[in-house]
Amino acid sequence: MNRLKQVWCTATRLAGHMISRPAMVVALWGLGGLAGLAAFAGSLQAPLAQARANNSGQANSRPATNASAPAYRDVPTGSFTSLLPPSEQQSIVKMPAFKLRVMPVTQAEYAGFVRREAQWRRSHVSAGVLADALYLQSWVNDLQPFAGPAKQQQLQQPVTQVSWFAAQAFCESEGARLPTWHEWEYAAAADERRRDARTDAVWRNRILAWYGQTSKALPSVGGQLPNVYGIHDLHGLIWEWVDDIGALMVSGDNRNQGDPDIARFCGAGAISANDRANYPVLMRMAMLSSLKAVDTNRNLGFRCAKSLATRPATPSRKKP
Amino acid sequence: MNHRRSVLQQAGAALVALALPGFSKAAAPHHPPAQPAPVQTLAERKSLYQLRLPLTDQLGVTTWWGEFGDVVQKDGKKTAHPRLVSMFYTRCDMVCPMLFESIRLMEATLPVASRQRLRISLVTLDPERDDVASLKQTADQRGGDAARWRLYRSDLADVRKIAGLLGVQYRRLGSGDFSHSTPVVLLDALGVEVGRTEQITKPDPGFLKVLAAATASPGLVSP
Repeated sequence: MNRLKQVWCTATRLAGHMISRPAMVVALWGLGGLAGLAAFAGSLQAPLAQARANNSGQANSRPATNASAPAYRDVPTGSFTSLLPPSEQQSIVKMPAFKLRVMPVTQAEYAGFVRREAQWRRSHVSAGVLADALYLQSWVNDLQPFAGPAKQQQLQQPVTQVSWFAAQAFCESEGARLPTWHEWEYAAAADERRRDARTDAVWRNRILAWYGQTSKALPSVGGQLPNVYGIHDLHGLIWEWVDDIGALMVSGDNRNQGDPDIARFCGAGAISANDRANYPVLMRMAMLSSLKAVDTNRNLGFRCAKSLATRPATPSRKKP
Repeated sequence: MNHRRSVLQQAGAALVALALPGFSKAAAPHHPPAQPAPVQTLAERKSLYQLRLPLTDQLGVTTWWGEFGDVVQKDGKKTAHPRLVSMFYTRCDMVCPMLFESIRLMEATLPVASRQRLRISLVTLDPERDDVASLKQTADQRGGDAARWRLYRSDLADVRKIAGLLGVQYRRLGSGDFSHSTPVVLLDALGVEVGRTEQITKPDPGFLKVLAAATASPGLVSP
């Protein structure tokens, strides 16, 4: 267990270090683009049949991102081995079906959101409570992500520098919520052909190559081939918020009051890190676990999810 | 540290802004009338109460996060109080009883008048199983002064937001138990965080000092 803990802490620190480097970013996009070309050129039938089935034939076309209703796809029920197992005795996570946004939320979509909901404009969000001081820092003003007439490519970049609270509010505005870590991890285990590609060294290396690259500006969303569920960009574009951010880093034993910093920062007790070779996902989890709900980062964006099962009625938002 | 200081300054500024119309005449009669202080929004004050979240207490009364501090008096005015806030769940048999006990001990260090000004709000992490009846049972068994202690439930999504505001990390384990951190957060009458402690097994002298200061003067009364 100690060794695991050490691995975990190392990963966490490394990720913390990486995210603090502005140059750390992205772009397996390049690779994704190449793969896309190859896919268009070659025969898609056999390997992508499932993807096509899932996407109603749209697997290979870049989905329209400025359509009025954001696209969601069903991620079917199943079970998988998570890096965050439910308990030390139980390593398999059973997943109910859910809907996941096909692509991360774009700059254009977020600009629409702040036009509708003034309290999420940059100047209205008080630093430190609902977002840190860098919230939407790259925007030119309260309403515009870019100076002058924005190019289509810019507007289709994923929005970043948004806090967990802001991301959650955006998702609620489209009748959704942030995905849980398990939902994200489950959907992101897939590649273009398989629901679980995680044991494939090629898959892993492709994602790790992204971690190693630097880029100047974020590419547009939808730049990579969709996975079997029809979901784009789960890897290779940005870090993404999850709903249960506070669940990723808790000490297994909260009676441990000896050294709160260690308990808080290296909560290996709750994480068995079953699959240490799955470094790409471990890195992401380590990075997310170091975040507070107010944090923002230029490589951190989000997408939304919806439950398929009917949720119990929530209390009315009207004043009681 | 800078952050902590700025929050304190903000809280102070907000309190002064509220108190100013009353004090300016008495304290400085020779000065020209003070400009009315600009009304600060909850967001400008960095209040944790700026999110609108419904909560239901152990008596089944639903109120807003943020307005739960208000006490309506006979003349219709409301008084907002400083507040200790934390999170728990009723099935928790180890840390949560310790948390309740620890808050009772914190209260006990205060003079009676100060203690009467303090409110205690504990929000369950487990709204799926903690209904109003189980909150009531836990409040009766472990809570302190029933007039000032409230246990609350909300829906799952809002519980996450409250946890985010308070910096509570938690995860439901396969067993149905929760692994969670237990910070006790002190909010002033406006919902601005003025102190916190993660120490619930032994007294935290620094925090007790902040608590004493925050409860030393009467709560804010609405106009």
